[in-house]
Amino acid sequence: MLTLDKLDLRRGAFGLTANWTAPAGERLALIGPSGAGKSTLLMAIAGFVTPTSGRILWQGQDLAGLSPGSRPVTILFQDQNLFPHLSLAQNLGLGLSPDLRLSRADRQKVDAALARVGLAGMDKRKPGALSGGQAGRAALARALLRARSILLLDEPFAALGPALRAEMLALVGEVATETGALVIMVSHDPRDVQGFAERTVVVADGVASAPQETARLFADPPQPLQDYLG
Amino acid sequence: MTPTSPFSVGQGLRFLPGLVALVIAALTLGSAAMLWGRGTGLTGLGPSDWAAVRFTLTQAALSAVVSCLLAVPLARALFRRRFYGRNALIALLGAPFVLPVLVAVLGLLAIFGRAGPVNLGLTALNLPPVSIFGLQGVVLAHVFLNLPFATRMLLMSWQEIPAERFRLAASLSMGPRAMAWHLERPMLVRVLPGAFLAVFLICLTSFAVALTLGGGPRASTVELLIYQALRFEFDLSRAAKLAGLQFGLCAAVTLLVARAAFPFLHDAGRGAALTDLAFAPEGWRRLGDGAVIAMAVLFLGLPLLAVIWRGVPGLADLPQGTTLAALRSVLVALASAGLCVTLALTLSLAIAARGPGHRLLEIAGMLPLATSALVLGTGLFLMTRPWAPDSLALPVTVLVNAVLTLPFLIRLLLPPARRVTADYARLAGSLGLTGGAALRVLYLPRLRRPLAFGAGLAAALSMGDLGVIALFASERTQTLPLLASRLMGAYQMQAAAAVALVLVALSFALFALLDALGARDVDA
Repeated sequence: MLTLDKLDLRRGAFGLTANWTAPAGERLALIGPSGAGKSTLLMAIAGFVTPTSGRILWQGQDLAGLSPGSRPVTILFQDQNLFPHLSLAQNLGLGLSPDLRLSRADRQKVDAALARVGLAGMDKRKPGALSGGQAGRAALARALLRARSILLLDEPFAALGPALRAEMLALVGEVATETGALVIMVSHDPRDVQGFAERTVVVADGVASAPQETARLFADPPQPLQDYLG
Repeated sequence: MTPTSPFSVGQGLRFLPGLVALVIAALTLGSAAMLWGRGTGLTGLGPSDWAAVRFTLTQAALSAVVSCLLAVPLARALFRRRFYGRNALIALLGAPFVLPVLVAVLGLLAIFGRAGPVNLGLTALNLPPVSIFGLQGVVLAHVFLNLPFATRMLLMSWQEIPAERFRLAASLSMGPRAMAWHLERPMLVRVLPGAFLAVFLICLTSFAVALTLGGGPRASTVELLIYQALRFEFDLSRAAKLAGLQFGLCAAVTLLVARAAFPFLHDAGRGAALTDLAFAPEGWRRLGDGAVIAMAVLFLGLPLLAVIWRGVPGLADLPQGTTLAALRSVLVALASAGLCVTLALTLSLAIAARGPGHRLLEIAGMLPLATSALVLGTGLFLMTRPWAPDSLALPVTVLVNAVLTLPFLIRLLLPPARRVTADYARLAGSLGLTGGAALRVLYLPRLRRPLAFGAGLAAALSMGDLGVIALFASERTQTLPLLASRLMGAYQMQAAAAVALVLVALSFALFALLDALGARDVDA
C-alpha cells in the first residue's frame, strides 16, 4: 500500500498537499489543470523532489532517504525515456543492471521482454530508428524487467494519437498485471482516465484530493473537475 | 521541497571536484602569493620594468584593436557569400589557435622579413623597407594568430541574428546600409567588447612572439623580462616581482572577461551562411567582400606555405636530436591533454550538477586565465628549487600546459555537460545509474565529441608551447619548439624551418587524430 501521510510540497508560490492511500496493484489516474502539481507529486514519489513535510510510505516503510534508483518505483517521463546512444538491448539491460554488466541469462530476459512488447529482433536498433509507439513499448519492456511495485506514468504517450495511446495503455495494463504493480498515471484526457483507471485523484487548488471511483467521479464531478472539464 | 541533485559522483569520489579546484587554486593563487611575498611588492622595479609594462599593454591593445577591426569585414564577407572552399576556409580559421606560435613567427619572417617578398617588392618600388622586429612585428604576429579567432567569434554572432529579422528588413525594403545599421550594428556593439578583451588577454601573456620578434629595451613584454631575469640574470626576486605584476595585470583583465563568452571553439561558423542569398548585396559590395576574403587567404595562407617551402629542403638533413625532441614533445602533449581533459571533465560535471559550491568550482576553473605560463613557471620554479628544477622540466610543462588550457576546455565541455544533465539525469537517477557507471554509460559516450575535440586542442596547444619549457629546460629536456627557437637564435633558418615543419605536422596530426576519436555519431 502506498501512503501519502500529510504530504506537503512547497516551493515559492507553488504548494500541494496530499493525504491518502492506494493499495498495491491498483490503477490510479491524476487529473487536473496544468501547473496544479500532478507531475510534481509523481516526482516526489519517485524521489526527485524532497517533501517540505509529511511522509511517503510503501508497505509501511518510509521512502525518505532512498535514492530514486533504490525506490520500489519505475517512472516513465514525458520524453527522454531511452538513452539515444545505447541500443535497445542496452537500454533494457539498464533495467536489470545499471552498470550494464549483463549475464547470458540477463540477455535472454531482455530478448524475451522485447518480444513480449512486440519488438522482437530489434535489440540492436538505436532509439533514433524507432517510431514514437515503438519507443513507448521499449520503455514499457524495461518496466517489465525492473518489475518494481509502483509504475508512474508522467504522460509518456502524450505525443501519440488517440488510437495508439489506447493501445499503449492496454499494454501498460498487461505489464501492471504481470508485475502486480500499482500504476499512477497523469492524464489530460478524460477518456484515457475513464478507460484505464479504477480510481481517480483530482489535483487542483493546491490539493491532491483522496482517490474516488472513476465512474462515480465523472458521473457527478466536483467543482474543480467541472471547471477543468468545462 | 527541494529538487535532488541530479548527478552525484560515487561516495568515494564526491570530494574529487573540490580537490581539483583546490589544487588549481593552490597552483595559481599560491604561485601569485609566493611571488608577491618573495618580490616584496612593487618597490625596486626600475624604469625598464615599467617600460615593459607599457609595451605589454600597448602591443596587446593594438593587436586586439587591429584583429577586431579586420575581423568585422572578414566575418561579414564569410557570412553573406557562398563560394567554393568556404567551409574549408572557415575550418582553416580554427587552425592558428592551435598553431605553434614559433611556426607562425617563422612563416611571417619568411614573408615580411628583410629578404622576404614584401620587402623585395618595396625595394623594387624604391620604397623604404619595413622591419618585422619591434612593436609592428609583435602586433603583426598577434594579428596573424588572433584575427581568425576574432573572425570566428563574430561569424558565429552574425549567424545568431535570426533569419526572420533579415526577412523582415527585406520586406520593409531596407537597403544594405539600413540593414547594417539596424541588424548588424547592435550585434557588433554587443560582441566586439568581448572579442577585444579576449584577444587583449591572450596577447597580454605573449612570450614566444616577444622573444623572437621583440626584445631590447623598447620591445619587451613582462613575460619576456621574467624569463630573462630567471634564466640569464638569476635574479629570483626581480623575476618574482615581475611575475606578481603580470598576475595583477592578467587578473584585472580576467575579471573583465569573466562575463564575456568565448564562443569560438566548436564547429563555430561551419556550414551556416545567410539563409537567403537574395539579401546579400550585389555590386561593389560583392567585389569588396571578394577582395577581403582573398586578402585574408593570402595573409593567413602565405606564411604557412612559406614554412613548408623553406622547411621541406631541410627535412632530409634534420639537426641532431630532432627525433628525441619530437618524442618528448608528443609525450608531453599527450600527457598534458589527458590531464587537462580529466580535470576539465571532473569540474564540468560537478558544475553541471549544480551541487553545493558549484559556483566556487566555476571560479576555480577560470583562475588560470589570470595567470600566464611564466607566472606559473616562476612560482613552480621557486617551489621546486630544492629539487633541481631542470630534472622536473617535463612534468612541470605537462602540469602548467594542462592548467593553462583548462579554462578553454571547461567552456567547451560545460554547455554539453549541462545539456546531458538536463536531458538524462532524471532517467539515469530513476534507473540507479550513478557514479562510475553513469560516467561510463551516460556521460563519456554523450560527451565524446567535445571531449575528443578538447583533447586535440589541449594536445596541440601543449605541443606548440614555448613558455614554461624555456624556463626549465636543459639539453636533456629539449622539445621541438625549444629546438626550433634555439636554431633560430643561431640563425640556422633552414634547419629551424625544417624542425618547425615537423612540429606543425605533428601538432595537427595529433589534433586530427584525437578529434577523429569523437567523429562517430553515437546515436546512429
